Amino acid sequence: MAETAPLDLASRAVELAEGRGAEQCDAIAFSHTESTVAIRLGEIEKLIEATSHSLGLRVITGGRTAVCSTSDFTPAAFDQFVAETVELARISAPDEHAGLPEPELLATGGGDSLQLYDERIESLALDDRIDMARACEAAALQFDARITNSEGASLSSRIGEVALANSRGFAAAYPATSISLSTEALADDEDGKKRNAWWFSAERSLRSLMDPETIGRIAAQRAVDQLGARKADTKRVPVIFEPMMAARLAGDVAGCATGGALYRGATFLAGRTGETIGSSLVTIVDDPAVPARAGSRPFDGEGVTARRTVLFEEGRFEGFLFDCYTARRMDARTTGSAQRGVTSLPSPGPANLIFEAGETPAEEIVADTGEGLLVTALMGFGFNPTTGDYSRGVGGFWIENGEIAYPVAEANISGDVASMLGNVDAVGSDLTWFGSSAAPTVRVAEMTVSGV
Amino acid sequence: MAAMSDPSREAGQFFADRYGIDSARIASLLSDALAQGGDFAELFFEHRSNGAISLEDQQIKSAARSVEQGVGIRVVKGDSIGYAYTESLDPEAMRLAAGTAARIGEGGDRPTAIDTTPVGAAESHYGEAALLSDAPAAAKVALLDRADRAARDYDPSIARVDATIADERKVVLVARSDGQIVGDVQPLMRFNVMALSQRGESRQTARTGGGGRLGVEYFDRVTPEDTAREAARQAVLQQDAVDAPAGEVPVVLAAGDSGILLHEAIGHGLEADFNRKGTSNYTDRIGQSVASDLVTVVDDATVAQSRGSINVDDEGNPTKRNTLIEGGILRGYLHDEISARHFGVEPTGSGRRQSFKHPIMPRMTNTYMLPGPSTPDEVIGSVEKGIYCVSFSGGQVNISNGDFVFSTTEAYLIEKGRITAPLRTTNLIGNGPEALSRVSMVANDYALSDGRWTCGKEGQSVPVGVGLPTVLVSAMTVGGTNLG
Repeated sequence: MAETAPLDLASRAVELAEGRGAEQCDAIAFSHTESTVAIRLGEIEKLIEATSHSLGLRVITGGRTAVCSTSDFTPAAFDQFVAETVELARISAPDEHAGLPEPELLATGGGDSLQLYDERIESLALDDRIDMARACEAAALQFDARITNSEGASLSSRIGEVALANSRGFAAAYPATSISLSTEALADDEDGKKRNAWWFSAERSLRSLMDPETIGRIAAQRAVDQLGARKADTKRVPVIFEPMMAARLAGDVAGCATGGALYRGATFLAGRTGETIGSSLVTIVDDPAVPARAGSRPFDGEGVTARRTVLFEEGRFEGFLFDCYTARRMDARTTGSAQRGVTSLPSPGPANLIFEAGETPAEEIVADTGEGLLVTALMGFGFNPTTGDYSRGVGGFWIENGEIAYPVAEANISGDVASMLGNVDAVGSDLTWFGSSAAPTVRVAEMTVSGV
Repeated sequence: MAAMSDPSREAGQFFADRYGIDSARIASLLSDALAQGGDFAELFFEHRSNGAISLEDQQIKSAARSVEQGVGIRVVKGDSIGYAYTESLDPEAMRLAAGTAARIGEGGDRPTAIDTTPVGAAESHYGEAALLSDAPAAAKVALLDRADRAARDYDPSIARVDATIADERKVVLVARSDGQIVGDVQPLMRFNVMALSQRGESRQTARTGGGGRLGVEYFDRVTPEDTAREAARQAVLQQDAVDAPAGEVPVVLAAGDSGILLHEAIGHGLEADFNRKGTSNYTDRIGQSVASDLVTVVDDATVAQSRGSINVDDEGNPTKRNTLIEGGILRGYLHDEISARHFGVEPTGSGRRQSFKHPIMPRMTNTYMLPGPSTPDEVIGSVEKGIYCVSFSGGQVNISNGDFVFSTTEAYLIEKGRITAPLRTTNLIGNGPEALSRVSMVANDYALSDGRWTCGKEGQSVPVGVGLPTVLVSAMTVGGTNLG
């Protein structure tokens, strides 16, 4: 069988491409073993296990770029793949901004301090995985008599390695693990409508994973809480985003704060660096160097040292996330934010996105809201990054006199993101992590809620 | 490559010639997969080649190509499945994967010899002209340049044009422990254009595109100029758009892309995996009224050259046109093998997967509503105050209860029966069964979307088609900002 160690593959691709005349090139290679156990109503629904290898090669010759990927590493096929990539670069136009990172930007250390790997995931036995998923689902089903069904519980893990090599001598790899457990519970409402809710935990290490019963109980609680949901009135009121939903909002904002969106003119943040857009409560950062999180990494998809980047500081927009290409186009410096898979060119994006906590306990934010909407679910794609227009389907709770009055379904909130950030008038102290993002409870002073 | 006279046999020959996967190897792997007492096993061989060339702001930015191959091995025991895959089609790697998938069995004997029979294709629903993947790069670059020029010529405010031409050729071979071996060679192409309109500080972008399971002949039907002008038109239109209303109003859905409503509002709820588990709002409702009697909905994988069409599904079953709702009455679900067995019905040819790395699920193909008696003008003319929706960027549904959201990219106010001001992008929010019971007029102008939709379910993406005639929904919540 062919050699499949990622660092060897990436280095070999670079060497072969240079031999075939590539001026500059880099290769990213992944290998991982995935394992999934899905349980439903106590029975095994699915067992999946597989090991996967893939490599993406970027070639830049005379400013002309091509990117190709393969998972066939037999020597003849691999050699042909590299030759075709070098040849394909002739199609594109010369672009003075295309190129590898300057050597001084390349990372030197590994990811040892980042705690990306947990040996315990390697040794987690199939029977233990099945038990964890069963316990998670059982906790949901037993939580309340009104929980009548389940979409099951699923435990997935990945043990993998990421390697990057380039023609400027960079060659590094790091191992990484991840594990996630989720379940979805269903309750039947009086009108026959089903109310469902899902909860999950996703971490780098087994030790950090939320315990299975807690995940199950949260999912069940959230399903039961939605019983009796009705439509909201159409009016302008304060809107509170619970932490998971505030993290989604921060993600929409961060998507507009990338060099890719900037040079395409497709962001409402274009030309607004240094401007105060948010209220003083809004601080949003991207931090790939925080240990043990899903987006943590020692270097980005081009080998540039990963570092913290502030997007908003107390409301002031500080700037964009860049990779090398978009930075050169915009006369800026890369922020080490290149995201990269095997099939496409690097492009900048957040690694671990954090909406920084405030000082107000979340309960006080609700108690301080006379009438409003607490959002616990977001649906749909109604966000226009170019204009910042924001319109999302929501579920959650109507608040009256500082208390939860009733659950709400089939509602929509709309506004524009710049005004929403400017109108943030409360930020909770309850910072919560969800995979590669974290946020506290966030209140926007006024938005349009549509219902009946 | 020659015209695809029999894509099933062509696929079998491809894997035999290239990887030595012959009937003896297949029989041996199936036997390994069932060695621990599984009821049924299936091998899904796939070789997929993708290419794309992107133009950004009058320059060809990059060219890309990717090739992926592998086999997914599934073993079924009751309602449980064991699954494993490998990208290496080396005999030892495949044998190991079969052994991993086999673990779902609870002990039992290795089956006696499995006799396999290759099955030929019935008819192909794909285009027969030259595949885009075989077209020279210069020809593709020329198509992109034509789009760029046409968008810029459309309006002086068009400040930037991006366009992509993408092709895919997927060869699949499904070998099952009941002896059937069937394959397919599936072409897929797509042409996308993004246009940016800039007037002073006001920037608006719009994206459009199309394609399907055909080759270069697509551009005889829809030229690069057509697609580019459409993107430019939508971007310019947004410059003059007004805030959408907030609250419940009558909604007219234009023919074509609005079929996303059906896809989200009811299509997912009729995928039988959810109904087998009792987690869909359509569970146990076959034979009952689930929509206005004007509503007849089909899922049809056999539409010529459509993005959602397939000759055989990913379990090797022939595809067909399945009636889901007839005159408002629920007639059936979309099945894969597991759900068909559970419900005691014939498979509907709806078992699909993103790739060999993914297990099968029941999925939609081309889902559309059949035309009705009214004219589009009658439908629009009947509305005193409402909105008219032409195109959408996407939608999402909660399958358990049918609540959906979908987002407009082109929509207008209707005032006194006439289409007036264009609206800023907004959402339609509702509930599937409720919205379909409120379908009060259906026009005679059915259209299927041009091929640009991709459906995501449980992390797996597959290409689909959607379609609708012009339809009036008497009341739906619009998520705008104008409280009127």
